[in-house]
Amino acid sequence: MANLFSLTMQPIPFADWINSFVNWLTQFVGFFNGITDFIGAIVNSFQWVFDLLPVWLFIILVLGITYWALHDSKHWGLMVFELIGLVLIYNQGYWRDMTQTLTLVLTSSLIIVVIGIPLGIWMAKSHTVKVIVKPILDFMQTMPAFVYLIPAVALFGIGMVPGVIASVIFSLPPVVRMTNLGIEQVPTDLIEAADSFGSTGWQKLIKVELPIAKNTLMSGVNQGMMLALSMVVIASMIGAVGLGSEVYFAVGRNNAGSGFTAGFAIVILAIILDRVTQAFNKNKKH
Amino acid sequence: MTKKVEVKHLTKIFGRHVGRAKEMINEGKSKDEILAKTNSVVGVHDANFDVNENEIFVIMGLSGSGKSTLIRMLNRLYEPTDGEILLDGESITKFDKKELRDFRRKKMSMVFQNFALFPNRTIIENTAYGLEIQGVDKETRHQKAHECLELVGLHGYDDRYPNELSGGQQQRVGLARGLANDPEILLMDEAFSALDPLNRKEMQDELLDLQSHLKKTIIFISHDLNESLRIGDRIMIMRDGEIVQIGSPEDILQHPKNDYVEKFIEGVDRTKILTASRVMIRPDVINIEKDGPRTALRLMKDNHNSSVYVVDSEHHFKGLIDAKDVIKQIEDDKRDLESILRTDVPTTTPDTPIKSLLNDISKTSVPFAVLDDNDRLLGIIIRSSVLGAISGNEVQNNG
Repeated sequence: MANLFSLTMQPIPFADWINSFVNWLTQFVGFFNGITDFIGAIVNSFQWVFDLLPVWLFIILVLGITYWALHDSKHWGLMVFELIGLVLIYNQGYWRDMTQTLTLVLTSSLIIVVIGIPLGIWMAKSHTVKVIVKPILDFMQTMPAFVYLIPAVALFGIGMVPGVIASVIFSLPPVVRMTNLGIEQVPTDLIEAADSFGSTGWQKLIKVELPIAKNTLMSGVNQGMMLALSMVVIASMIGAVGLGSEVYFAVGRNNAGSGFTAGFAIVILAIILDRVTQAFNKNKKH
Repeated sequence: MTKKVEVKHLTKIFGRHVGRAKEMINEGKSKDEILAKTNSVVGVHDANFDVNENEIFVIMGLSGSGKSTLIRMLNRLYEPTDGEILLDGESITKFDKKELRDFRRKKMSMVFQNFALFPNRTIIENTAYGLEIQGVDKETRHQKAHECLELVGLHGYDDRYPNELSGGQQQRVGLARGLANDPEILLMDEAFSALDPLNRKEMQDELLDLQSHLKKTIIFISHDLNESLRIGDRIMIMRDGEIVQIGSPEDILQHPKNDYVEKFIEGVDRTKILTASRVMIRPDVINIEKDGPRTALRLMKDNHNSSVYVVDSEHHFKGLIDAKDVIKQIEDDKRDLESILRTDVPTTTPDTPIKSLLNDISKTSVPFAVLDDNDRLLGIIIRSSVLGAISGNEVQNNG
């Protein structure tokens, strides 16, 4: 009894262990600097393009992409919404913030696609990988997103890059899961058909599995993108600029008005991103 | 007949404890027992059979009989647990990955029950798939695919998608895709089972038609006995992963090996399968060149018949004479039979299914004469032998 009592009084030093792990990681500063530079380069190129584009050309491009994505069924409503929404954001003086947020979302989306889709495919092909990766994904998704900010700052400093890292960790799981699901859902007889004609593993993947899994896979990407967008306010706490930081500042100044206007701008961006990616998904003939 | 495929002691066990299950099966334990003890399912056990070149070999059984497992071992979609498969004497089971791929690309293709067309590809792209993965250039492979689509009677759908086609049309694409890489062997896994009866019959006819000039070796899986009897040159009946009987459709109908097969064939319309040669009997005949009226009359008396068939020395069919005419000839003291020969006798060929004769048999009083290509008399068909054959009893070839 006394032993048990002393055990409850003496906490297991989890926190210390994690701290020393993070400290241990910081010795690989070269590695993390490399990642920082790499992601920073992507962020900068996006931002460079957005800064270069005049507002009117940007709006026309967005409308053009939407028009193209919707090629079969024209929802003029969406395009009208985009026009009004984007003009409104400009009118409120949030244009550059909006492009910064867009940069954060697009960079994160790019990374989750590049990492998530191959990982999802690998999971579908290898039982071992699946057994290992699944609990990690669960962990990534359920751990409160704020927590990631701490090691992100320690390893990647402050600014856009740790924001991107935190967004990637948070929004990667659905892409991996949906890719995995999509590949696993390809009907057995199609796999058998591909095999029975003598396809190699790659041919089967490229010509049969990925095209058939495409819709499921794309909805994973869509979800991931939305989750990345939902991280912008949190990411602003570690110096990621954009609409998120406007909201964050408004909280600090107790200014409901500017908080909501910046919030609306995020909503508009979210709707546009969501509908356009969905349109790409739906309208491609299968 | 050359053996195309030889299957020896082929066994497939699904599950984790395959080794233990194999021991148990060799000890003669039942499948339920093996399942309970080792959690392994015996799919196919010790299958031995040969498939001849250019024949349609039907593997028939109900669901769970192991027929789908068996066919999937032939192209190693399922790896056999035990046993060997030989193609032209070469062991398929020993192929490494690359050899197996080449074998699947060139020698054997498969047609699936639910068509298994790639929904993201047009009809022509689906058909050309087998060639595409071999690296055949687009123009050549599309031309070949187009020819195959024409061959199976599908015109003008090249650029459509599978979901725009009916079931029958989709399976034509499946068949064309299977033919496009010009395989030696075509595996058809319940290929027509998903089609409605009319379409199914049409596809069966098409397949027989195609086979008559393509001359592939076709291994066809079916759970439908009528289909099996219709298209199969030989049929292998399976039950619970084991082979029950192998034989021609007539063999199986006439000599069912056990109660199981007998029960299976109970409802079959035998008249479609049985041919004239199966139900004919050997008649006593007289030779017009040497026999006279008295011989004829004695023969009729011996056999309690009122007529007798007449042939020449080479057994060519001449006709039939009636007892009353013979008696008249004897009374008139004439020797020739030529003048009383009746030639209005119905005739048929040995391959004619009796279904097409039934109507005439019921109307005419004289038996049908079965003649070969040179008009030689092979036998006659009398009503009682037809009835006997339909009811499943053996026809006695008397005489």
